[in-house]
Amino acid sequence: MLKRTHYLALAGVGLLTLGLLNLPVSLQTQVKSAIGASFLPLFGIRAASDSLLDRAGYQVLPRSTLIDNLLRLERENAELKVSALQGKDALAENQRLRATIGAAPRGPWHLKLARVVGRDPTTWWRTLQINLGSRDNLKPDHVVMSGEGLVGRISQAGLTHSQVALVGDAECGVAVVVKETRDLGIIKPGQTLSGDGGLVEMTLLQNCPGIMAGQVVLTSGLGGIFPAGLPVGTIVDTRNENGNVFTTARIRLAANLNRLEEVWVLQP
Amino acid sequence: MNRFTLIFLFLVTWLSVFAQTQFSTLRQLLSVPLALSPALVCYAALTHGFGVTISLAVLSGLWIDSLSASPLGVSTMPLFLLGFTLQLQRHLILRDQGFAQFWIGLGAGAGVPLLTLGVLSLTRSQPVTGGFTFIQLLLMGLLNGVACPALFWMFDFLHRIFDYRPLTTSSFRTDRETVRGRQFRPR
Repeated sequence: MLKRTHYLALAGVGLLTLGLLNLPVSLQTQVKSAIGASFLPLFGIRAASDSLLDRAGYQVLPRSTLIDNLLRLERENAELKVSALQGKDALAENQRLRATIGAAPRGPWHLKLARVVGRDPTTWWRTLQINLGSRDNLKPDHVVMSGEGLVGRISQAGLTHSQVALVGDAECGVAVVVKETRDLGIIKPGQTLSGDGGLVEMTLLQNCPGIMAGQVVLTSGLGGIFPAGLPVGTIVDTRNENGNVFTTARIRLAANLNRLEEVWVLQP
Repeated sequence: MNRFTLIFLFLVTWLSVFAQTQFSTLRQLLSVPLALSPALVCYAALTHGFGVTISLAVLSGLWIDSLSASPLGVSTMPLFLLGFTLQLQRHLILRDQGFAQFWIGLGAGAGVPLLTLGVLSLTRSQPVTGGFTFIQLLLMGLLNGVACPALFWMFDFLHRIFDYRPLTTSSFRTDRETVRGRQFRPR
């Protein structure tokens, strides 16, 4: 038997839910940040314990391993310096050519290293939290990458933490191009039957018989958020839909989204 | 119930919501997060009062949404409805029995995410779902089914530690002792 308090509670929670769901997006983000701030001590404890574990690991590592790693990194650094010089030349040439055809110049990207501090608590969003926010000049739509390939884009930037919508999420549509055939497509949000988070589906804009497994997929630069040429993944298999009008391909993402610990944020 | 057990209940809920965003190993193994909020609301509804249950459901819903990409308020209603229903029917539930706790936890663990998806479908959001979502719901149900009796045991243990022990009075009184035998002499 329902009492008066039950009716009041039902009405109160119903009104609260409706009120929160109908808040404007910007206000909702602020309220979310304010409530999420209650977890800041736990994020801090987690970061401190990670750092403590890392330091303990360094203490245990033998000196010879550290020297080997140092020498390897010095060698890699020298190689990268040479590559960067070549890249600078190519960028200067690109800017000259863009100026010749009257296209807007493309500036270099500034990279910021961020640590992954949490994942989405639900199973139906592909998002994660990083430890940089608006106080580090992060804004929505900044591109997020790992060393292997595209990770996603920033969907919400709080003061100290930001939410990254991963490739395959509804908030992160990516316009892509197949490197070998230059066929254009888009990565649509969705879950594969196996539930494998490393696989996403790409719909090509037309029937493309030349598409096959093993071909590399890059960002096309269309859409305005992701710059062209970032590695996205490799085609696993293809199928034709709607009477061979569209080709759909499954892509194995280059970045392992389940094991990300650190990511790079690209700032224009 | 005393103040300590109540604080513990809210503290465990707060920690469990944070844990839901961590533990990537469990996610890699089972493809589900460590979501224990339904089991905690079940425990609160079966052992605490109406106010505590509703507060816990609303707070944990808001905490989950604050760390998620879901619109704020989406998780509140399903958790509230779970607590509300169990509160109304708790006189019919064998809440001290492990099997009853398991089945309630299982139903809540699978039902709350399903209801949340239902609420999400009423908004403009596009959750990433597919055929595998049903397996995930089942796994989350099993996780909560196992967690529910474990939570009852843990909170009972804490209750025993922090609550006042019942005063045990003996009916034995020395001035009323009946002394028998040949050597009996009145005092």
